[in-house]
Amino acid sequence: MSSEFDTAAAQLRLHDATPAPVTSSPVLRGIGLRKKYRSGTSTLEVLRGVDVELAAGEFVAIVGQSGSGKTTLLHLLGLLDAPDGGEVHLAGTRIDTLSSSKQDLIRNTQIGMVFQSYHLLPELDAVENVLAPLYVRYGMLEWLRRRHDARQEAVALLERFGLGARLSHRPRQLSGGEMQRVAIARALIARPQLLLADEPTGNLDAASGAGILETLTELNQSDGLSIVMVTHDTAIAARAGRVIKLADGCVEQQLTTPGRSAHAPPDFHERPARAGG
Amino acid sequence: MYKLLLCWRYLRTRWIALASVVSVTLGVATMIVVNAVMAGFSHEMQTRIHGILSDIVFESHSLSGFQDPDWHMEEIRRAAGDNIAGMTPTVAVPAMLSFQVRGQWITRQVMFIGIDADTHASVSDFGEYLQHPANRQQLSFDLREGGYDTQLDADAESEPLRPALENAGWPYRRERVEQEKLWRQQQQAAGGPVRPLDQHVDAVLAATEDPAPPSDTTNSTDLDAAAPIDPFRQARPDEGRTMDPATEQFAGIVPGIGLASFRDRSGVDRFLILPGDDVKVTFPTAGTPPKAVSNTFTVVDFYESKMSEYDSNFVFVPLEELQRMRGMIEPETGIGSVNSIQIKLAEGANLDEVRDALRKAFPPELYAVSTWRDKQGPLLSAVDMEMAVLNILLFLIVAVAGFGILAIFFMIVVEKTRDIGILKAIGAGSSGIAGIFLGYGLALGIVGGGVGMALGLTITWNINNIRQAVEWWTGQRVFDPSIYYFFNIPTIINPFTVSWIIAGAVGIAVAASVLPAFRAARLHPVEALRHE
Repeated sequence: MSSEFDTAAAQLRLHDATPAPVTSSPVLRGIGLRKKYRSGTSTLEVLRGVDVELAAGEFVAIVGQSGSGKTTLLHLLGLLDAPDGGEVHLAGTRIDTLSSSKQDLIRNTQIGMVFQSYHLLPELDAVENVLAPLYVRYGMLEWLRRRHDARQEAVALLERFGLGARLSHRPRQLSGGEMQRVAIARALIARPQLLLADEPTGNLDAASGAGILETLTELNQSDGLSIVMVTHDTAIAARAGRVIKLADGCVEQQLTTPGRSAHAPPDFHERPARAGG
Repeated sequence: MYKLLLCWRYLRTRWIALASVVSVTLGVATMIVVNAVMAGFSHEMQTRIHGILSDIVFESHSLSGFQDPDWHMEEIRRAAGDNIAGMTPTVAVPAMLSFQVRGQWITRQVMFIGIDADTHASVSDFGEYLQHPANRQQLSFDLREGGYDTQLDADAESEPLRPALENAGWPYRRERVEQEKLWRQQQQAAGGPVRPLDQHVDAVLAATEDPAPPSDTTNSTDLDAAAPIDPFRQARPDEGRTMDPATEQFAGIVPGIGLASFRDRSGVDRFLILPGDDVKVTFPTAGTPPKAVSNTFTVVDFYESKMSEYDSNFVFVPLEELQRMRGMIEPETGIGSVNSIQIKLAEGANLDEVRDALRKAFPPELYAVSTWRDKQGPLLSAVDMEMAVLNILLFLIVAVAGFGILAIFFMIVVEKTRDIGILKAIGAGSSGIAGIFLGYGLALGIVGGGVGMALGLTITWNINNIRQAVEWWTGQRVFDPSIYYFFNIPTIINPFTVSWIIAGAVGIAVAASVLPAFRAARLHPVEALRHE
C-alpha cells in the first residue's frame, strides 16, 4: 500500500513504527536566516541571522516572547515565506531558492504543517480535510486510481487519533482538540520527513492541549518523525528533546532536555507570555 | 482534483454566488424567449407574405397591362429555363368595394385582382387561405351550398367559432331573399311607397349595363344560348327580365376577410357580409383616359392569409370577367391583356438569379421584375433590425450580470483568504488556486446558463398558456388577435441561437471570474494564513 505514494514522501514509515535513532545528519537546517518586514518607512528586522538544525527523529521546540520571530522562523523553514538572507536546507539540499512549483511540491510531500487555529477547510469533512494534500498532489485520473487506498489510510490515521466516530463531521461540528488532531492527520497523510507545528496547543484548554502534545510526542518517539514546534509555553516546550529560545530575532539559548523530562528549566518560568508569535 | 472538489463544494454552499447568477439566468431565459418569439413572428410573416406573393412577380408598369400573356410566359420560360415551376397571369387594379349593411352603404378601397382559378393556386398558397374546404382543393367562383369552415384552425379547440359562416352560401342567400320579399310585402300592406330594393336595382342595372364589349360573338347575338352555362350571363338583358337572386348569382368574388368582418375584443369575428351577399365594385377600365365602371358580384368565399394588410385590401375575381369588364380583350383576336404574371420557381432555384435573368431578357422600361423579398424588403429588414437590436440590449443585461459575479467573487476571495493560505501551505500552486475560481466561474455560468435555458425553453413552449393565465389574471388581452391576426404567439426555437446564448453567458461568467481568480492566486500564504 505504501509503495503507491511518492517515494520522496515516504522516507518515513509511520506505520512501520520502528523508532528511528536520533542521528547526527540534519534533516532541516536554517543557516543565518534573516527576515525584515517593512511597514511604510520603518523596517522591522524580525530575524537577524538565525541558525537552526534539526536532526532526523528530533523534536525541537522554539520558544520566545511574542514578537521574537519564532513563527516567522517556522514559516521560513516551511517555505511559506522567503528569507531576506540565509539558507534553508532540507536533507542536504538547499530549498529556499527552488522554483515556486518545486517549493509547492516540497510543501506537499515533505513537510507537514500544523497551525494554532487548525486551518481546516470548512467545506470538507474530516476525512476530506485529511486527504486535502493528496487532492492537491494528484490529478483527476490519478486520484480516481488511488482514492480507495488513500481514503483507507486517512481513516486509519483518524482512527489512530481517536476520531473514528468523527469521520464525516465538518470542522464546525468538531471540538478544538478534535480539529487539531484532524490537522495533524492532514499533516501526516503525505508521509513527510518533517512536521512543523505553530503553537499547536495555543487555542486549546489544558486537557486537549495535553492530548495533542501526547500525540506529537508519541509520533516523535514511536514513528521517528522530526518535529519543530513553536510555542510560548515553556512547560510545553519541555516536552521536546531540545529547546531553542529566540529573543529579538536571535537564538538566545539552546537547551537539551535529557530524557525529555516533563519539567522545564527554571529560567523559562519567569515568562508566562500569552500572545502567540 | 481539489479544484473540482472545491468548486463543487463552493457551488453547493455559497448561496450568495448563486444569487449573482440569477441575473444571468434571467438574461438567458429572456434572450431565448425573445429570440424564439421574434423568429416565430418573422417566420410566420415571411410564410404569409410568401404565401400571398409568388416567388417572382413579372409586371407591367402600365395599369392597362401587356397583351398576350401566353406569349410572355413562353418567353419567360425561355429566359429562365427549368427554374420555372408554374406561372399564372393576373390583372390587378385599384378599386372601390361597396356593400350594404343594415341599409347603409359601406365603401372601401381595395386592390381588385383578377386571377385564373385553375392555375393561381399553383404559384402561391392562395388556395389554402379560403374558407370552404372544396375551394381549398380547387377554387370555383360559383357560390357553394354551405359547408364553410366555422373553426379558424382545425386543431385548435379553444379558438372561437365563426357561427355566422355555418349557414353561409346558398341557404343564407335564399333566406335573405325571402326576408326581403316579406319586408316588401309588409311595406305594401302598410300602404307605404314601394321602394325597390338595392338588390333588385342592382339586378336591373347589371342587366342593362354592359361596360365592356363582349368578348365572343355568341354573347351579343344569342344570349339565351349562353345563359345556362354562365350564371353571370343569365343576368344579362333578357329583354327586361330580372334575375332571380334566390337561384342565381352574379360573377363570383372572393374578398379578403378583413374587408368583410372585424374581430371584436374577445376574438370573435363579426361579419358584415357573408358568402351569398352581393357587393358592388367600381374600378377603372383599361385605355386612356380610364373610365370608372361598376359591377355587382356575389361573394362566394373569403380570403384569409392572416396578414391584415392583405386581408383588408385584396379582392379576387375571375380573370376573364375582369378582363372583359375592363375591356382588356381585343375584340378581333380575342387575345386578352394582363398586367402581371406570377411565377413560381422550381425547388432549389435561386430567386435572385432568375430575377436578374428575367430583367435582362425584357426591356426594363416596360416590365418590372421583382422577387417577393424585394416587394416586402423594408418590412423584412425592419424585423431583422429589430431582432438584432433586441439581442444586443439583452446581451448587455447578461454582461451587467457579469459585473455582479465579479463583485461577489471578490467578496468570496476575501472570505476564503484563509482557505487559500491553507491550500498554498499544503502545496497548491498559484495556477491551481486561480483554477479553483475560474472553474467556479465556469460552474456558475453553466448553472446560470443551464437553468436559464431550461426556464427559457419552458416559457417558450408554454408561452400561450402563460399568455392565457396572464389574461385571466389581469382581465386584459395581452396578445390582441384583432391586431396580429393570429391567436397563438408563434415561436421557433433555433438550437444554434440557443447554444450561442448559453456560450455567451458562460463566457461572461468566466470572464468575470478572471480578475478575482488572479487576485486569489497572488495572495501570499503567510498573509493569507494570518487573516482571521
